[in-house]
Amino acid sequence: MTETTKKTGVSRRTLLKSTAGLAGLAAGSGAITGFPYVMSAEPKVLRYLGTAVNEGDDISKQCLKDTGIKIEYITATTDDVTKRVMTQPNSFDVLDTEYFSLKKLVPSGNILALDSKKIKEFDNITPVFTKGETPGGKKIGNQGTAPWKVLYLEGKDSKTFSKTATEFVTLIPTVYNADTLGIRPDIIKRPISSWAELLNPEFKGKASILNIPSIGIMDAAMVVEATGKYKYADKGNMTKEEIDLTMKVMTEAKKAGQFRAFWKDFNESVNLMASGETVIQSMWSPAVTKVRSMGIACTFQPLKEGYRSWASGFCVSKGVSGAKLDWAYEFVNWFLSGYAGAYLNRQGYYSAVLSTAKANMEPYEWAYWMEGKPAEKDIKAPDGSLLEKAGAVRDGGSYEDRMGGVACWNAVMDENDYMVRKWNEFIAA
Amino acid sequence: MDTSEDILQQSSPDLVRGPDTTRAAKAARLSPSFISWLQAGPMMLVFLAFFLIPLVFVVIVSFWDYNEYQLLPAFSGRGYTDTFEGCIAQLPDLCTIGRTYVKTLKLCVMVWAITLFIGFWVAYFLAFHVKSKTWQMGLSLLCTIPFWTSNVIRMIAWIPLLGRNGLVNSGLVKSGLINQPLEWLLFSEFSVVLALVHLFTFFMVVPIFNSMVRIDKSLIEAAYDAGATGFQTLVNVIIPLAKPGIVIGSIFVITIVMGDFITIGVMGGQQIASAGKIIETRVNALQFPAAAANAVILLIITFLIITMMSRIVDIKKEL
Repeated sequence: MTETTKKTGVSRRTLLKSTAGLAGLAAGSGAITGFPYVMSAEPKVLRYLGTAVNEGDDISKQCLKDTGIKIEYITATTDDVTKRVMTQPNSFDVLDTEYFSLKKLVPSGNILALDSKKIKEFDNITPVFTKGETPGGKKIGNQGTAPWKVLYLEGKDSKTFSKTATEFVTLIPTVYNADTLGIRPDIIKRPISSWAELLNPEFKGKASILNIPSIGIMDAAMVVEATGKYKYADKGNMTKEEIDLTMKVMTEAKKAGQFRAFWKDFNESVNLMASGETVIQSMWSPAVTKVRSMGIACTFQPLKEGYRSWASGFCVSKGVSGAKLDWAYEFVNWFLSGYAGAYLNRQGYYSAVLSTAKANMEPYEWAYWMEGKPAEKDIKAPDGSLLEKAGAVRDGGSYEDRMGGVACWNAVMDENDYMVRKWNEFIAA
Repeated sequence: MDTSEDILQQSSPDLVRGPDTTRAAKAARLSPSFISWLQAGPMMLVFLAFFLIPLVFVVIVSFWDYNEYQLLPAFSGRGYTDTFEGCIAQLPDLCTIGRTYVKTLKLCVMVWAITLFIGFWVAYFLAFHVKSKTWQMGLSLLCTIPFWTSNVIRMIAWIPLLGRNGLVNSGLVKSGLINQPLEWLLFSEFSVVLALVHLFTFFMVVPIFNSMVRIDKSLIEAAYDAGATGFQTLVNVIIPLAKPGIVIGSIFVITIVMGDFITIGVMGGQQIASAGKIIETRVNALQFPAAAANAVILLIITFLIITMMSRIVDIKKEL
């Protein structure tokens, strides 16, 4: 499973919704016909395959209202999304997936790049994606599968990523974030400023990482670099020797009992932290918020070595053409037009087109989530529940500071096969 | 449950009618062997379509090659050679797959022994001490309670009970029995075995109970009349007659535990190796041939265990 899936879990409700989405899919297409909004003979329906991050009921309802397009969510974990694209490319229309899976998806030929000229807001997409820098001009770390490395294809049906901008875009960016360690400041009781603390014996039996090999190993690499043991050319694309070295560090930590448990699921990460089973662990922004909303101190701790980032976006199945392709463009354009972006920003994620999202948020919300300013009023989640009281400041501060502090991106390594074998060895150690 | 003879009699009376049936009658009806095939047919078809054919595919795919994004249908032993990587070079240390199977078998034996012990006595109680059929049914249903919740809920539910600040630990600390919370209560082999026993004892209870209720009570009376003690009756009468149930229950438990990766993963904090987890990790990385090769290895090992067990008891004969 992956990161994205769980990130969704801003609330359990969301997870339940995803399950309901699957059930709805199983219930069949009977439900989709006969919507009063749709005037054309053919109802506009798009099957949307993705993890739960972007899949809110509120988003699909608003989309139906604004465009008449009915979105049918097919929710799966990141791994399962990738598997489905490989094995059943005709079972979906629009794909919402992470940039790091493109290394697998693009060569398979099962997805179609979108034409940037048909995306209205394409030129307003944050330079994080197009140039690898923040709107304020800060350079962003490019280790791992950074989106700008895989954003363009050389031609319409090309399987080669283009180094320069072309009109053929692999994934139209939607959502992204900068991840770091979550900590329990009430139990740790001292400042934490480095990734090295994750494997500090002081937290023996109280640390945790994600149970996703490619992401877990990057967290470990951040630790290795932070302790000064080794400097990687690219943490997201290690050589076999580097994988061995990193796994050795992990294995020693595991044998010494450093890790309490590896988590897979949004709610698992929340429970581990809230129950005090762990006091320091890899985490996602909304999970930290969730722990805090339970009245338990939890900080999404900015660290001097920087953040590990991830990003997702839209493309379509190779089977999509004609009217369906037009609806897909219409949907993607709608998604970037502000409502969805504001919705994502309010959960602690970031939207791809900042200007439209800003127009859909209250100034105090924008100031809290994006500018790192103290909240003027209580900060509420999209569903209206209280997230932060007035006066709170977002961990890590502003968009500039957080995205500007990104050191590496979630990745699939060239030596992925070797790494997976080493991961199994690590688990058996 | 009907005995197999009863079933035969209901569905094809001429099978048991004997050789004196006339030739004309035989011609008018279907031949007995054809009827047997017909009876077994639906199950065979289901087996063929949903078990044997997929299994053949798994074996075929296990000998394919693969890259990051697709299967390459060319013969390759890579799935297997990768799996046994370092097994000779690392001697006398165990390689990954060796360690994984030692761990899996260890968990399997522990869970099997405990479920057998508990399952046997629960079944014994239900079969010999609970007189009314209704109560027997009701109490067996109680054994299914662990299945009412999902794995995720179950995992989350264990934290407040066994966790560092959980009920058990805070109880022990408050009562002064321990000073420090016990860390090994959760995310350990202990919690894995506990959860597996909690889940799968039911699979032991049902077949053993089924064997026990079919024991002729007059045999027990006869043993008593012949002066056997309760223990002698248990060892010489009840256990031998409950053997088929014990073996069937054991097969259930062992096959489930050998292939389990969800419970072991969740309760072991994803840090305990299991044969199933290797397969899961491979599948998630889209390395299907390697996953298939591991599945074939798991199948062979599980099959060997079951063959050994059925050597001990001829299930077909006992049924």
